Amino acid sequence: MALRELSSLEKYLGLKKPNKYSTQGDKKVPVLQNNNGPPLVGLVTIACHLVKEAKRPELLGDSTESRAVVQQWLEYRVTNLNGCTKDDMKTVLKDLNIYLQDKAYLAKNQFTLADILMYYGIQPLIVDLAIQEKEQYVNVTRWFDHIQHYPGVRRHLSPVVVLRNRIYTSRHH
Amino acid sequence: MFFSRNNKANLKLPAVLVQHLTRLFLSHRSDLFKQTNDHLFFSETVVPFLSRPALPALLLPSGLHLFSSNAICQYLFEVNGQESSELCYQWLEWEATDLQSVKSWFDRVAAMHSCQSAAQKVLQGKGLQGMKSYMQRQPAPRSSHCRDTQPCNSNPCEEGERAVSEEEMEAAVLTWSKDLNAGPLAADRQHPILPQEGKRNILVTSALPYVNNVPHLGNIIGCVLSADVFSRYGRLRGWNLLFVCGTDEYGTATENKAREEGLTPQQICDKYHAVHSSIYKWFQIDFDFFGRTTTEKQTEIAQNIFWRLHEHGFLVEDTVEQLRCENCQRFLADRFVEGTCPHCSYPEARGDQCDKCGRLINAVELREPQCKVCRQTPVIRSSKHLFLDLPKLENQLEQWLEKSTSTGDWTVNAKQITRSWLRDGLKPRCITRDLQWGTPVPHPDFKEKVFYVWFDAPIGYLSITANYTDKWEKWWKNPQQVELYNFMAKDNVPFHSVVFPCSLLGAQDNYTLVSHLVATEYLNYEDTKFSKSRGVGVFGDMAKDTGIPSDVWRFYLLYVRPEGQDSAFSWADMALKNNSELLNNLGNFINRAGMFVTKFFEGCVPAMELQQEDKKLLAVVGWELQQYIQLMDKVKIRDALKHILNISRHGNQYIQVNEPWKKIKGGDTERQRAGTVTGVSVNIACLLSVMLFPYMPSVSHTIRDQLNAPQSCINTMLQGSGSFVCTLRAGHRIGTVSPLFQKLEVDQIEALKKRFGGQQVFDPAAVLSFYLWQGDKVRALKAQKAEKAVITAEVAKLLDLKKQLAAAEGKSPEPAPQKSKKK
Repeated sequence: MALRELSSLEKYLGLKKPNKYSTQGDKKVPVLQNNNGPPLVGLVTIACHLVKEAKRPELLGDSTESRAVVQQWLEYRVTNLNGCTKDDMKTVLKDLNIYLQDKAYLAKNQFTLADILMYYGIQPLIVDLAIQEKEQYVNVTRWFDHIQHYPGVRRHLSPVVVLRNRIYTSRHH
Repeated sequence: MFFSRNNKANLKLPAVLVQHLTRLFLSHRSDLFKQTNDHLFFSETVVPFLSRPALPALLLPSGLHLFSSNAICQYLFEVNGQESSELCYQWLEWEATDLQSVKSWFDRVAAMHSCQSAAQKVLQGKGLQGMKSYMQRQPAPRSSHCRDTQPCNSNPCEEGERAVSEEEMEAAVLTWSKDLNAGPLAADRQHPILPQEGKRNILVTSALPYVNNVPHLGNIIGCVLSADVFSRYGRLRGWNLLFVCGTDEYGTATENKAREEGLTPQQICDKYHAVHSSIYKWFQIDFDFFGRTTTEKQTEIAQNIFWRLHEHGFLVEDTVEQLRCENCQRFLADRFVEGTCPHCSYPEARGDQCDKCGRLINAVELREPQCKVCRQTPVIRSSKHLFLDLPKLENQLEQWLEKSTSTGDWTVNAKQITRSWLRDGLKPRCITRDLQWGTPVPHPDFKEKVFYVWFDAPIGYLSITANYTDKWEKWWKNPQQVELYNFMAKDNVPFHSVVFPCSLLGAQDNYTLVSHLVATEYLNYEDTKFSKSRGVGVFGDMAKDTGIPSDVWRFYLLYVRPEGQDSAFSWADMALKNNSELLNNLGNFINRAGMFVTKFFEGCVPAMELQQEDKKLLAVVGWELQQYIQLMDKVKIRDALKHILNISRHGNQYIQVNEPWKKIKGGDTERQRAGTVTGVSVNIACLLSVMLFPYMPSVSHTIRDQLNAPQSCINTMLQGSGSFVCTLRAGHRIGTVSPLFQKLEVDQIEALKKRFGGQQVFDPAAVLSFYLWQGDKVRALKAQKAEKAVITAEVAKLLDLKKQLAAAEGKSPEPAPQKSKKK
């Protein structure tokens, strides 16, 4: 799964030569062999490396604050979204829904790698949501729809249909 | 392990891992965490959008939260200018994903019966409290990196263990036993204050605020507040000091405002002078005299200087082309012409100085000029004017500048700006204008004209002093005895370092010139600029309405005083500093010291028998005091403040380690120990009140009231290089002790931030997505025939988004406001 994400990310970033990845451990943590030094281990680590290689540092945040916020959400992706239970899932969606109330992106005003990896990570959850639930987590859905339509991001994932005309009114929440 | 050993990366990591492990252990007890190490974090704040509380958490200046300890560490490292390598990030990812599983192991083991009974035996039913005092006696991890989110500009404060020698300890004990100075109290002042033989005579001015503009926090910190702190300090040092300021009242802006409000210019000035006066009074600015420029003395002195310049041949006559608005029927004053800067193409340059590149320009040089009032294009008309021949005075000026800048405490930016002005080459400056509301030019050929503001306004310093005392020349024509300090923001520097000194030098009347020019950079508001028209930022009297006390405002503004570079006011940061530094650090220490005297020693300071540990503390405190004095003498106001906070940190630790509240219940030796610790602490509190006086005068006074401290302590402790004397001897009865500070709550701050925030700006794609969703929402509500009120509210939101969209698409996105350092 992680390998497909990295491959999609490479394509989004416009990196010409695809890298060869291997995995490690029973959690299948991705590993990138580096000709210049020690191997890089970990989805977030490798993803950040790719961003730097593609010379798109703004995707990691353009200020000290936003860089820390981006790292935070990247960490959140690998700690909270990988293999979470049904209860955990509800908590994630609930928290994100409040967080995204007044924000266009995870780093508030700027599209970053955090949005990409969180989108990849959360897609399996959203795919399984019923329409009513999608409307319940309206801010997550809005953000998700925005990101999945962002040019070049979606790649290996199937689009999730998000109805723009709401069927359920806010009274049902 | 599957990583290769890389020593450099590993050096950074242990700190992070150790911190993490400590936190795992302490994460159950937020109060423990608060006292153990970091005062930087809201230990009780629950991040608003997280269902499960996450600790520690960091509230960023922008209002966003960091709830990941790795992200917090990264932020702090980066703020401190330290880069982290890819390998470092790899460790952090491993730590978050794999090491975390240690926690679940820990929880599993902790639940086992055999572990629980073992823990019970060790902790004896006190739970984690049983480990507390042990943990706190471990050496504090050397985290001087993480202490401050705003780096000090000069010497960084050493907060780790500073080695104290035997001599220093003996010296400290000797000072401690000295008597208090008798003599006239610093607090009493006899007006008029005049220079005295044998004393250090200091004249302090703050740049005269323009009467028509309500000052905002940036204006206040740049000028009057900085000057006030220094002046208060100077008086405590025993210097003979006079602090004057006033409103700058002449000019077209006032004329126009008068017309708008149907009053005379004089009436407008009276009205707004009172506004300024009351704002500064609320901020406790202790001027010796706060005057105005619209007085007879101003006319007298300005015309005198003018005639002398004329006699000595430093004035040149020339015909000037000026912009005249035929529609408004007047020559346009500089601030009423707007156009494109001829140097840097900035489209909103005003007629005397370009806001972007800072260059002085003449209004006629502007490209595409417009009359600011009616937007018509003005025409150029000729008129005779007088010029101050700066090139003729250049040599004299440079000679004097060389001396002044090398011997005086000029700020770096002041010297740089002055140097670049001189490098650009001095040109004759026009000192007259075709206006009415101003000081009249006495020369018969130039009747109907008045002096240009930048010739006239600095003379205001002299005339204001003349309105304070007849003997003003003892200050202003006395360079041998007087040191002049000018406080201002950096945009005023050229006028104070070049134009005005040239006027005075050319007048050849032994005028006192500036010895120390202190200029600040800009204070921004949150991540943008103060703007009255857009309703962004806190202006003058609004501070009063927030319910936050004047002293807290003073403290925070001084904490973020823009010294070496621009800084920003942040609500979140103000709350953080109030809660961590004022409440938990300073207030906590002073209150505890006083409470122990009250509760355990019947309100009387107990006997103190100094042991090695106490002598060491006296030496350390004495050293901080010396640093404070050295820094304040050089007007390093922000850095000096840190030493005050260091002392109270030492004090808190001293109390924590010695536990007087426990020892008081013990035997004779232990009670004696409790007494010594309490007595020393309460004396430190007294010292702190004196050091705090320039920054927070009311709090300082309150502390001394609560401790019933003798007035003479104010005289003694800041003399010479600093003397930490025992002011509250054994047996001294203190007053009633109560908390000094209030906590600023998150929701209070959020509300204030919204109130003064102006509008949010998103990028176009984001606004579009909000807009489309809102459109669908409205359509759906209408189709369902929802309640009219609900539909109206949602439609209003839609229209607002539409406006935002238009604005976002029309403009290019706001650039990040990190100003590059000016060379």
